[in-house]
Amino acid sequence: MIGLTSYLTLGAILFAISVAGIFLNRKNIVVLLMCIELMLLAANINFVAFSHYLNDLSGQVFVFFILTVAAAEAAIGLAILVTLFRSRQTIDVEDLDTLKG
Amino acid sequence: MDSMMENIYLGIPLASLFGAIIAGFFGAQIGRKGAHGVTILGVGISFILSLVALNHHVFNGAAAYNDSVYIWMVSDNIRFEVGFLIDNLTVMMMSVVTGVSLMVHIYTIGYMADDLHNWPKESLAGTNSYQRFFSYISLFTFSMLMLVMSNNFLQLFFGWEAVGLVSYLLIGFWSVRPTAVYANLKAFLVNRVGDFGFILGIAAVVMYTGSLDYYDVFAKAEVLSSQTMSIFSGTEWSVISVICILLFVGAMGKSAQIPLHVWLPDSMEGPTPISALIHAATMVTAGIFMVARMSPMYEWSDAALSLIVVIGALTAFLMGLIGIVQNDIKRVVAYSTLSQLGYMTVALGVSAYSAAVFHLMTHAFFKALLFLAAGSVIIAMHHEQDMRKMGGLKKYLPITYWTSLVGSLALIGFPGFSGFFSKDAIIEAVHHSTIPGHEFAYMAVLSGVFITAFYSFRMFFLVFHGEERMDKHTREHLHEPGWVVKGPLIALAIPSVFIGGFTIGDMLFGDYFGSAVYIADNHTGLAEVGKHFHGAWAFVEHSFAGPAIYLAALGVFSAWFIYMKQPEIADNMKNRFSIIYKLLDNKYYFDDFNSAVFGAGSRNLGDRLWKVGDMMFIDGLLVNGSARLVGWFAGVTRRLQTGMLYHYAFAMIIGVLMLFAIGLVI
Repeated sequence: MIGLTSYLTLGAILFAISVAGIFLNRKNIVVLLMCIELMLLAANINFVAFSHYLNDLSGQVFVFFILTVAAAEAAIGLAILVTLFRSRQTIDVEDLDTLKG
Repeated sequence: MDSMMENIYLGIPLASLFGAIIAGFFGAQIGRKGAHGVTILGVGISFILSLVALNHHVFNGAAAYNDSVYIWMVSDNIRFEVGFLIDNLTVMMMSVVTGVSLMVHIYTIGYMADDLHNWPKESLAGTNSYQRFFSYISLFTFSMLMLVMSNNFLQLFFGWEAVGLVSYLLIGFWSVRPTAVYANLKAFLVNRVGDFGFILGIAAVVMYTGSLDYYDVFAKAEVLSSQTMSIFSGTEWSVISVICILLFVGAMGKSAQIPLHVWLPDSMEGPTPISALIHAATMVTAGIFMVARMSPMYEWSDAALSLIVVIGALTAFLMGLIGIVQNDIKRVVAYSTLSQLGYMTVALGVSAYSAAVFHLMTHAFFKALLFLAAGSVIIAMHHEQDMRKMGGLKKYLPITYWTSLVGSLALIGFPGFSGFFSKDAIIEAVHHSTIPGHEFAYMAVLSGVFITAFYSFRMFFLVFHGEERMDKHTREHLHEPGWVVKGPLIALAIPSVFIGGFTIGDMLFGDYFGSAVYIADNHTGLAEVGKHFHGAWAFVEHSFAGPAIYLAALGVFSAWFIYMKQPEIADNMKNRFSIIYKLLDNKYYFDDFNSAVFGAGSRNLGDRLWKVGDMMFIDGLLVNGSARLVGWFAGVTRRLQTGMLYHYAFAMIIGVLMLFAIGLVI
C-alpha cells in the first residue's frame, strides 16, 4: 500500500518541476503552456490522494472539472498562440514584452 | 396708543425702503418721474411720521420706547433682534435725517436733470442712472434710520455698514471716472479700518456682558469699569476703556477723525446732493450720535474721553487749516465739515453730549445748505468747481448768494444764528471742563473759530464777489437753477438761522435728553455753562465777553482784506511761508504716507505672499511638488514591470509562498 505522503510528495515534485519550467524557460511559449498543464495535474494528484484517503468522492469529481477546464484552456491557449505567431512571427518569450512599463 | 406708535415707528424706515426698492428694481418701467415721485413720497412719509414721533415724545412727553419687533435668532442666550429704542435723542436724529433727506431728494431733481451728459455715449452704466440715484439716496435714508432707531448693537452695526455701502455706491456713482472709483475704494478701505475697531468693540461688549441690548449693556457699565483684562500677557487694561476706545475707532472712521479722515475730502467725487446729505449732514455724524448714545459707557472711562478730546481737537484745528488753501469749492466745504466734526468730537470728549448732538443738528442744516448752494453754483457754472474761475456771481445767483451767506454766517457762529449757539456752547463747555487734554482742546477750538471764519468767507468772497474770472461762454449762460434747487435752499436756510436759538434752552440746559444721555457727577463742563444760562438772548449777550466772537469777526475781516482788498497779500504769504503752504497743500502728507506705507506696504506684502506663498509654496511645493513626487515614484516602480511573463509568475509564486509562511507562523 502506497501511503498518502508518497502521493503528496509526487504532487509537490510535479508542481516544483512545473514552476521551475515557467521560471527557467526563456524560449518557447509552448513549454510554458505545458508547465501550466503539469501544475494542474500536480493539483489533481493531491485531490485524488486526499479523496481516497478521506473516503470522500467529491475530490475526484473536482478532478474531472479541472481536467475539463484544463483541456479547454489548452485549446484556447494554443489558439491564441497561433494568432500570436501569425501577427508577430515568433513565439519567443523574450520578445513578448509589451507589458513592460 | 402704544401699538399705533409701534406701527408708526415701523413705518418710518420701511417707507424709505419701499421707495428705494421700487425706484431701484423698477426704474426702467416707472421712468424718471415715477422714480423721483415714489422716493420723495417714501421719504416724505418717513419725515411726517418722524414728526409725529417727535411730537409724541417731546411735546406729549411720552416715555422712551424700547422693544424688539423681530427676533432673528437666539444663540447661547444672546438675542439677535431688530428693535427700536425711541427717545428724545432718537426722534431728533430721525427728524433731522428725514428732513434733510427730503430736501436733498427734491434738490436732486434739479441737480441730476441732465445727468446723461456725465456718461460716455456708449456706456451702459449710464442707463437709468437717474432712477438708480434716487434709489440709492432712499436706501441711504432707510439705513441711517435703522442705525439711529436701533436698540441693540447688532442693528447698529447693520445700519453702520449699510450707510457705508450706500456711501461707497454714491461716491463712485459716476463709475466711468477713474478718480471717482479711486475715491470710493479709498472711502471703503479707510472705513474698513474703523469698522474693524468697531466690531472688536461690539465683540468685547458681548464677551463681557453677554448681551447686545443697549439697556442691558448700560446697566453693566459700572461693573465693567472695575474689571480689567489683559490683552498682552502681563498688561492690565480697564475693560470699559478698551470697549469705549474700540467703539470710538469705529466712530473715527465713519465721522472722519484724524487719522482716518482721509476718505472724506475725496468723497467729494460723488454728486453734490450726496456730499450734502451723506458726507456732511447725516452719515458722517453717525459716529457722534453713536458716542452720545453710548454715553452711559463713555462716562466711566476718562481715558477714552481724553483720547476723544485730543483727536477731536486735532481734527478741528488741522483740517480747518487745510480748508484755507483749497481751490475746489466742494473741497473747502468738505474740510469745513471735517473741522466741524472735530468740534462735535471735542464736545463728546468733555462730556457735553447734548452740545455735540445740538451742534450735529444745527450743522446738519447749515452744512447741507452750504453744500446745496455750492451745488447750485456748480450747476450754474456748468460743472466747474474751481473757485479761481468764479467771482462776482452775486448778481447772477441772488438766492444762492443770500442762502450761502446765511449758511456761512451760521457756520462761523455769527451771533443769533444757529451755529453760533451750538459752537459757543461747545467752546464754553471745553473751557469749563476738567478732563485731561481740555486745555489743548480749548486752544484748538478757539483758533478753529478764526480759521473757520477765514476759509468760509474766503470762499464766499472768491465765489460771489470780486471780478468775474469765468470765460465768456460760461458767463453768457449763467442763470440760477429752477425752483427744485432754490426751494430746498430756502427751506434749509430757515432752520439754519432759527433752530439754534429756539432749542438751545431745552436741548442743552433743559432736560430734553432726559435719561438718553448720562453724565457722571464729576464731568461738570456743560453744567457749569448752564449755571450762567438765562435764555438764548442772554447767551448772545454773554458771548461778547468771550474771545470767540471777536476771533470770528477777525477771520471775516482778514478774508475780506486779503482776498478783496489786497489780493497780492495772498500770493506774498504763499511765497513767504512756502513750507507751511506746501504742508497744507499736501494735507500734511497723510495721503502720501498712507500710500507709501500702507499702500506700498500691503502691495509688497501681497507680492511676497504671491511669489513665496502662492507660487513657491502652494504651486511649487504642494501642487507641482506632489505631482513630481508621484512621477518620480512611478519612474522607479515602472522598472518592476519588465513585461517578462516569468517575472510576474515568479512574483506570484513568491507571494503565495509568503502568504503560506505567514499562515504557518500564525
